[in-house]
Amino acid sequence: MTSIARSARTESVTVEIGGMAIALHSKDAAFRELLVDRYEGFISDSQKSQFQLAVDLAQPWAMTGSDDDVRVRKQGRHWLIQRGDFQARWNPASGRGQVRQSHNPYAIDSVLRIVHTLILARRGGFLFHAASAIRDGRAFLFAGISSAGKTTISRLAPPDVKLLTDEISYVRRRGDRYFAFGTPFAGELARPGENESAPVATLFLLEKGPENRIEAVPKAEAVRSVLRNVLFFAEDRDLVAQMFESACEFADRVPIRRLVFAPDARVWEGIH
Amino acid sequence: MSDRECPSAERYIARSSAIAARLVGGEMMIMSTADSTFFTLNEVATLIWQQADGRTPLSEIVDKKICQEFEVTPDQARRDAEHFVNELSQHGILQVSEQPIISCAPPPAEAP
Repeated sequence: MTSIARSARTESVTVEIGGMAIALHSKDAAFRELLVDRYEGFISDSQKSQFQLAVDLAQPWAMTGSDDDVRVRKQGRHWLIQRGDFQARWNPASGRGQVRQSHNPYAIDSVLRIVHTLILARRGGFLFHAASAIRDGRAFLFAGISSAGKTTISRLAPPDVKLLTDEISYVRRRGDRYFAFGTPFAGELARPGENESAPVATLFLLEKGPENRIEAVPKAEAVRSVLRNVLFFAEDRDLVAQMFESACEFADRVPIRRLVFAPDARVWEGIH
Repeated sequence: MSDRECPSAERYIARSSAIAARLVGGEMMIMSTADSTFFTLNEVATLIWQQADGRTPLSEIVDKKICQEFEVTPDQARRDAEHFVNELSQHGILQVSEQPIISCAPPPAEAP
């Protein structure tokens, strides 16, 4: 029996990102199919699930809309995660939560990202506004604002490069090293990354320019850049302090360089 | 009555405990854990921050530290220090009092 078939029988789909397997439970078969399609390449055996999210589908008119800012705040032992198009509760101690949303992939996508940031924050990792890729067994991150070139550098990658994402990188700490993982969270490239991981060799801060060159970045600027690009939503003092420490630790241990690049494939000649 | 004839009350400053801070590459980086506001302090501000133990008057920090270690006139140093203290206190990053402050967060570690 395939893992997907097993998941159908148990009314759940397990999505494993960054080695964190979250079982998404829904009684709605069409929604489970949507999940299997949306997270293709990241579907895992339900027996591997470490975390559980029960999804309760509401009619679209029952949700207030999707324009509200997301809010993530602590209430007792739970995190409350709210946006116009969904409401969720997450218990970090039990690794279980509930989601109420309408039948669409965007809400569950946001919930998953936020839950992963909450899980990672306690472990020294984070989600990061960056493209990432593996070359020769080492991962490279490319961070920048929306027009900095994350998708461009991803499109220019030669065939020996495995793209992990062109938008949201997944970074975990193991001992003194950091590892980047592939994610299904795509940007303009609109395709999921490879479900692989590798130790992070360098974080490049992207900047478009007339020619390709790599520059040193002062340590303080490196920390600022990491903080600017970490995805973090929680209104919680302990977690904010933890995230600040994680950003400093990452900047201490991972080389951070500025990559000024012209939009042609030769930029990859300097990345190895 | 001129300012000279009516000196302002002594002020004591203390690092808030609601912050995360690190000295990185000679710059003090501070994040408010209340609202995630992020600050980078220059050398002078960093020195004031490090001396903000709640017990040393601000005027003493300026006279004995800032004026000794930087080429700045006492008047300019005092004005800059007041401006810096006012700004950080508005964000809850520094506590300010006319009396010594008992509880003060320890100075942050320096990144290796």
